[in-house]
Amino acid sequence: MNNFQKNKLIDHSFKILGMLFTFLGILILAILIYNIVKVGYTRINWTFLTSLPSRKPENAGIYTAIIGTLDLMLLTVLFAIPVGVGAGIYLEEYAKKSKLSSLLEINISNLAGVPSIIYGLLGLGVFVRFFNFGGSILSGSLTLSLLILPIIIVATREAIKAVPHSLKEASFALGASKWQTIKNVVLPSSFGGILTGIILSLSRAIGETAPLIVVGAMAYVPFVPQSIFDTFSVLPMQIFNWTTRPQQGFAIAAAGAIIVLLLITFVMNGIAVYFRNRWQKKLQ
Amino acid sequence: MAKETAITMIKIKEKKIDSKKVEDGASKDGAKIAIKDVKVWYDDFMAIKGIDMTIKPNTVTAFIGPSGCGKSTFLRLFNRMNDYVEGFKMEGKIKLNGTNIYKDKINVEELRKEVGMVFQKPNPFPKSIFENVAYGLKIQGIKDKKILNERVEKALRQADLWTEVKDDLKKSALALSGGQQQRLCIARTLAVEPSILLMDEPTSALDPISTAKIEDLIFELKEKYTIVIVTHNMQQASRISDYTAFFYIGELIEFDKTKTIFTNPEKQQTENYITGRFG
Repeated sequence: MNNFQKNKLIDHSFKILGMLFTFLGILILAILIYNIVKVGYTRINWTFLTSLPSRKPENAGIYTAIIGTLDLMLLTVLFAIPVGVGAGIYLEEYAKKSKLSSLLEINISNLAGVPSIIYGLLGLGVFVRFFNFGGSILSGSLTLSLLILPIIIVATREAIKAVPHSLKEASFALGASKWQTIKNVVLPSSFGGILTGIILSLSRAIGETAPLIVVGAMAYVPFVPQSIFDTFSVLPMQIFNWTTRPQQGFAIAAAGAIIVLLLITFVMNGIAVYFRNRWQKKLQ
Repeated sequence: MAKETAITMIKIKEKKIDSKKVEDGASKDGAKIAIKDVKVWYDDFMAIKGIDMTIKPNTVTAFIGPSGCGKSTFLRLFNRMNDYVEGFKMEGKIKLNGTNIYKDKINVEELRKEVGMVFQKPNPFPKSIFENVAYGLKIQGIKDKKILNERVEKALRQADLWTEVKDDLKKSALALSGGQQQRLCIARTLAVEPSILLMDEPTSALDPISTAKIEDLIFELKEKYTIVIVTHNMQQASRISDYTAFFYIGELIEFDKTKTIFTNPEKQQTENYITGRFG
């Protein structure tokens, strides 16, 4: 076998191997989803979505968990987006290169890798105890905001970095100030990237359980939260709680709740992809 | 009462400036640039080593010299584009119609409305043709549709692009050809009505036909603007410029009428460069 044939063989084998790995990942996910849907689809109906939790598995619903999840996400968005995007813009456009700014950069990247339970403990110490917000939606969303902040900051910075320098120069050369340039050139061009980062970070937040357990989210909340200081439950908490119960009925309910959680996540990712594609088309 | 006096005073001031321009020999809009002992550093590297020069209004001045000789850096001093470069430091004076543009009190945004710039690679915004030309005006807070339409059309006509795009003003600027994009960038700059036009190798990314169009344009524009152009193309410099400055490693070697530089240069170095013996 000569060198040419050898290279071709390696090339071909790698292609097949890569294809196998790709399908393996998707296959495992598909089996997982199939199993869950098989068990849980019987529970998916309007009553399940609008019932309060219950001691009897056949009566148990996920209404409070869904509302809790939506409330929590809404507040997290409100806290995390302005701060995260703002910090990203500052670091990329305004901060002068110095020892302090590079220290900040390294630490923000590190924060993105801190285990979520640590954020939970931080939330417990700061929001629940120190600010005395208790095990409320407010504490939970502030904790989740902290958790996803580094992700949003990093995504914002990457998106801004990808804006061609020549466009910024063109704007400055026409007499635009820094903020006008950011508003009219930088943000529109990086919007798709920033949005993708935000939605991916929210997809992460929506599935978080550990930090919320520490902060004090309940598995059993028999009422819909009325204010941001109320206790709350979220879908992952409900799922976690139900899977620990011995009754078969709760396993089915958990599968149903997982389907709902997955759907919400897929819809969110779908929205992100839609906006990104639309934005890219608009730019061309 | 006080208000009125203020207004008349401003009017008188404007008149004074106008008459001064006429005295200087400038026809209408071009401005004079006076450079005095300018030195530039990037951190420890000295990029410009003390240059004196006066650029006359309503002329085309070409900067030539080998890559890395500092001509682009020098050009970008006139609209303070180097301010954003990390480690940039500058000494000396650059006076625009008598005002030192490196004084602390200078409003850089105002300065850049006066000193427009066209870049090496066409860099239209990913917006419509109209929005590109209107950008500088909107930045200034001009919102009136009628004024915007008028000024956009005027600028596009000046840049010799109007007939080609007048039916597609809403189309994305990125759909234009390279040469059209560069003329759009010129139109965008002209829309702000500057008095000086800086061009940093504006045709180096273009084909010969587009280049010829832009050269014609430069020839027309010098009626109203002072134009400074950096170019690597000797023929271009000799075709379009009235004055030529030859730079070498951060120094101004020779600066004279283009004809003199190309036919009878004073320095051996200049002759070597323009005849292609080095660089």
